[in-house]
Formats: sequence, C-alpha cells, structure tokens
Amino acid sequence: MRVALFITCFNDTLFPDTGRAVVTVLERLGHEVDFPMAQTCCGQMHHNSGYRDEALGLVRRFVEQFESAEVVVIPSTSCTAMVRQHYPRLAREAGDESLVARLEALLPRVYEFAEFLTGRLGVTDVGAYYPHRVTYHASCTSLRALGLGEAPRRLLENVAGLEFVELPRIEECCGFGGTFAIKNADVSTAMLSDKMAAILATGAEVCTAGDNSCLMHIGGGLSRQQTGVRTVHLAEILASTEPGSQAAGGVRS
Amino acid sequence: MSETTFPERAHQALHDTQMRRNVKKATTTIRERTARMAGELPDWEALRDAGSALKAHTMAYLDEYLLELEERVQAAGGQVHWARDAEEARRIVVGLTREHETDRAIKIKSMTTDEVELNPALSEAGIEPVETDLADMIVQLGGDRPSHILVPAIHRNRAEIRELFVREMRDMKDLSFETLSDDPPELTATARRYLRSRFLDTRVAISGANFAVAETGSVSVVESEGNGRMCLTVPDVMISLMGIEKLIPRWQDLEVFLQLLPRASTGERMNPYTSLWTGVHEGDGPQTFHLVLLDNGRSRILADEQKRQTLHCIRCSRCLNVCPVYERTGGHAYDSMYQGPIGAILTPQLRGVEQAGTLAEASTLCGACQEACPVKIDIPSILVQLRGEKVAQQRRRPAGRLAPESLAMQTARWMFERSERLHGLQRLARQGQKLIAREGRIDRLPGALGGWTRTRDMPALPEQSFREWWAARQQPGQAGAQRGRGNHGGSDDSTG
Repeated sequence: MRVALFITCFNDTLFPDTGRAVVTVLERLGHEVDFPMAQTCCGQMHHNSGYRDEALGLVRRFVEQFESAEVVVIPSTSCTAMVRQHYPRLAREAGDESLVARLEALLPRVYEFAEFLTGRLGVTDVGAYYPHRVTYHASCTSLRALGLGEAPRRLLENVAGLEFVELPRIEECCGFGGTFAIKNADVSTAMLSDKMAAILATGAEVCTAGDNSCLMHIGGGLSRQQTGVRTVHLAEILASTEPGSQAAGGVRS
Repeated sequence: MSETTFPERAHQALHDTQMRRNVKKATTTIRERTARMAGELPDWEALRDAGSALKAHTMAYLDEYLLELEERVQAAGGQVHWARDAEEARRIVVGLTREHETDRAIKIKSMTTDEVELNPALSEAGIEPVETDLADMIVQLGGDRPSHILVPAIHRNRAEIRELFVREMRDMKDLSFETLSDDPPELTATARRYLRSRFLDTRVAISGANFAVAETGSVSVVESEGNGRMCLTVPDVMISLMGIEKLIPRWQDLEVFLQLLPRASTGERMNPYTSLWTGVHEGDGPQTFHLVLLDNGRSRILADEQKRQTLHCIRCSRCLNVCPVYERTGGHAYDSMYQGPIGAILTPQLRGVEQAGTLAEASTLCGACQEACPVKIDIPSILVQLRGEKVAQQRRRPAGRLAPESLAMQTARWMFERSERLHGLQRLARQGQKLIAREGRIDRLPGALGGWTRTRDMPALPEQSFREWWAARQQPGQAGAQRGRGNHGGSDDSTG
C-alpha cells in the first residue's frame, strides 16, 4: 500500500524520531511511504483556541495535500481527532459544500497510526523488540474521540522483551490541553502531578502514548522532577528491533 | 462576576489542601457510584438518547409547551407568573412572600433561586430565608458559597461541619463540642432537630423545580433527604421558581428522566423522595401555589442552534464529578452557582462572554463531561464555540488584535500557509534556542511560555526536523537514504 504520512507540525518540528519510526515500521511491513512536502499543520491549536477562520484555511490545505492519497496515516491521536471530528463541522459551518463532499471522500482513508496497523492492516505484531518496563497513557482523544480501545495495548503486548504494566486511572486527562497548559498552568500542573504519581506507581521506566503533545507535557514534568522515567511515542517502540536482526523482512505475525 | 480570572481563582484554590482532599474524596466516591449505576442498565445509552431527543424536541416547541403548562397549572388552581430576568423574579417572589405576612420562608434546595440571588432580596425585605437542604444549610450557616450543583458544601468535611454547627446553631442550647461528635448520623440528627421547629411554624415555602409536565401542569422536585417533602406538605403557601427549560411535554417523559437523573447524580437507582404536585388540593398540602417561570437569558441561549443544548441540562452534576479540572480547583474557582463543565458553558451564556471569558478556557477539552452527561450535551464543542465568540469580540477592538495570543495565532497562521515558512522558522528557532537550550532541554522560556517551564522542561528542537530528514533521504547517496533500516537511531533515544 502507498501510505501518505501526515507527520503533524508538532512531530515535524520537535519529534522527528516519531516520524522516522513510523516510516521504519510501515516500510518493514512492506508498504511504501510518501511525504507530501507542502503539508504543515492540521489547525487543532487554532480551532481549540477559537480561531475558526484560521483553522478553516488549514482544513482546505490538508484536503489539497492528501485527497489523492490511497491512505493517510497520522502519528498523533489529537490531530487525527481534529481531522475526523472537527473538519466536517468546520466545512459545514462555513457553508462550503464542495469541501464537505471532498472531506466525505477523504476521511474514510485517514487513520491514526495504531489504528492503521490493527484496524486497516490487521497487524498486532510488527516484529519489535524493546526490553523495558513500559506503561501506556491513553490520551483523551484516543479514548473518546477515536475510540481506539485496546489497539495500542495489543501492539505493545506483542513487542518482544517489553514488560507491560497498566496505568491506574488511565481515563483521566494528563492536563496538557494545548494552550490550557500555559493559560491555566497551575491547574495543568496539578493534573500532571497526579498523572506522574500514577506513572511512578507502576514502576515503569518508560511511559508511552500515541500523542507527543501529552508526552511532551508528561515527559517535561518527569524530566524536571528527575524521576528517571522517560516518555516515548508508541511508534518508536514499535520501530525498535533487536540489534543485528533482519528487521526489514523479518516481520513476525 | 468578580474582576478575577479563573486561573487566578484556581491558583488560590489549589493551595487549599483541606478543600482539595474533601473534593477529591467526594467526587471519587460519587464518580464510582454513578458509573456503577449507569453501567448496570442495559439500556443506559438508549435512555441517554431518549433524554437528549426529548429535550431537543421540547426546546423546539418550548413556546407552545410553556403556554400549555400555564393553562394546566391555572386549571388545577395554581397561579403562574412570568419573570423576564433575575430582577423581575426577585420582585415577584419577594412580593408573593410578603402578601402572607411572614418573616421567614423555608427553602427547598434550588439552583434557580441562587441564580437570581433571591436570598439577599428576601433578607432585605425582612424575610429570613431558611435553607432546609442539609448541604445548603451548611453553606448558609457558614456564610459560605455553594461549590457544587448537587452537594453545595462538598468542599467541607464532617469535622468542619461539626465546628460550624456548634458555632452557628445558636438556638440549640444543648449543643457544644462535648455533646456533638463528627459522626455523620449525629450531625444529621442535629440538623433535623434544628430544622424541625422551622418546618412547623413557617407558612411559606420556596422551591425550584426539577421538572414540570406541560400536559398535566405538575411540578416535580427530586431529593434525597425529605426536607423538600416537608416544605411541600406543611406550609400554607408554595412558591416555585423554575427556569423555562425545565419543562417536559408529557407525564410519560418522566419515565426517562427519573431513571437518568438519580443514577447520574447521586448514583442511586431511585432517589428517596420524588415529589410531584399539581395545583392545589383542599385539605392536602399548601393551599396556595405560585409557579414563577424564569427566562433570565434562556431564550437568548435557545436562539443559538448549537449552544441551545446547554438548556438540556438536568442539573445532575455528573460532569463536575468526572471533571479533572473541577476535582482540583473545587467549585469556588468558577465564581458561579453553576460550577464545573456545565458552569463553564452556562455562566458565560447567562452573563455574557465578556464577563466570563476565562471560564470557557477552564478546560482541557478532555471530553469526560460529554461522555458522562446523561443527556449527551456536547460541552467541549460549546466551550470551543464560546472561545471563538470571545476571540471575535476581541478582534473588534484594535488593542485586542494586538494582544499576545492573537499575534501568536496570526503568526502561526502565516507560518502554516506555506511549508517553506514553517521550515524557515524551524531553522530560525534552532539557531535562537542556542541561548537557552542545554543538554537537549530548555528549562526556562521567555514571556507567557514561561508558564510551561515553571513546572515542566521543554525539549529542545532537534538538529534535524522530520522534513529535513525526509528531504535528505530522498537524495540518492545521502545519509539515511537506504530504506527499511532496523534499529534506527530514534528508538533508543529519549524524546523528552
């Protein structure tokens, strides 16, 4: 399959390793990855902050960049939720019928990364090796907007060497919330403290998730407190293989 | 509304350790109980859909149903009054109470009377309002403010309540720290004794309403303690102040809401007391019944197709109990009768976005409220819409367009219009961060961004953005050009 990667501006700028990991995994599974260079941002920040017109421009841009793709994969649960949940409404509210129609045609081919692996490809074992104790933070968008359910967990359970440990109160928000993290920095930090306490209680070395925005927030707190726990995007765990293994063709399924 | 913002009030509240423990303990308990009660019904989702559909239908025909209600209430011997706003509601209720030459009125827990600030108006008119709901009574005795829709004194624990009773129940001569413990049944028994004399010698009762049935003219109050039932049986006069959105068309519709409400609010299969009254009945209960129908901004909310669903709220308070923000700030940070997620969308609409602008931002948009709401109100979308209205308002002022957030958003828009600009700024930022980044981390950012680094490190921009890596990879013979590498560099490095 020819997969168009929407990396998201956030990953592009701050977490390129996540994008490389997505490319690695998809190519290891035998798919071809395409990266339309003109892509920028999904518009989530503008939308959630009340800058609807600005967001609408980015909706059009996304559609132009990706409507010819066979499938689109996004390694971010919140950006995928933005595209899937809010794009159609923004287009409708703008009264742009042609945009609504183009979105209707495009959206069924847009997937979040873990969702693409388990839902579209039907793969739960991608041949990864990651010998660490790992807990999983389900982002709010993964849980509620996308309903990813057990998909990320099943992928993790099939990683060789990985010791999976359940995160208590997994349904609770980490406190990032985009500009909320700055505008309401105190409340955001109070929520983060509890999230960090839950993570530390698991005894995990690594906290993973499908969204680097939650992870930047959680990881920023864990780092500041010198906790000895780090955050790693799910894709990077799945891209990781045993040193010296023939990973390129060696998918275990 | 006060001059302070939500972040400022939250900042204060977060340091109130006693409140935080009390609220966390209480919301955790209620949250688990409501989840269990909702979960045990196989048709819970269908009930939510029915509740949502009934409310949507009611709102679409509210004018007709209101007139039907008025007619039925009058036919059953009640009197109906219409109040355009809080001021008019106060004038009507105070006037009606005065007619009966009483210096005291007993009250059933009511959000609506709080909304119109009835109690101060009664006091000013020489009528003492006596709250009979246990939690409301605790708030009133302490000169406190309610902090939760369902449990107004949720921020107090039993030790604090014991102290309050001993200090404030002055006509209870036998009450002292020696005679009263903080055992909940003992505290409740004391409250009962305190209230009993007031129930028996007060002629006028004032209530809100959970529901009013248009086709029968019946009004309903749903409660746990039975003090409402006392107010509905002993006094001669009953005055009910009800928001116009509390209406339901048919008697049969109660079937849906009387299942949804107790399970979502107190986490009970059925609430202990469901009172329904229709007009007046000779020799049975109050002989005079007034229903005051309050608009106070509701018809304006009704006019907005998307935000209209705010009026579907049945005041169960489940959104407060599941909200991670509320759990930490408590209710006072919302500076309103209506706290938590529903307060964050209702208060700005009642008071105007300008006055309550920071409330719409008091959310991470995590969606827990929408998921829990028994009538499926899409609270996150309404929050976003309110944020948009605030932005639009701000833009009408030149100074607003130059506000830091607005400038940042315009810059971001400009940057995202062309990928070359994004790329250029990535490179620029990488140069700029050399002044502040150390070992891949930034621990202090300038300006408003400092809110982030006060408690969190920020990862420094990596040497190469993804698009740069990709571009290099497309060049034959360049580093990283080969595909399908196994143990690639990124997987072993920390990202944060």
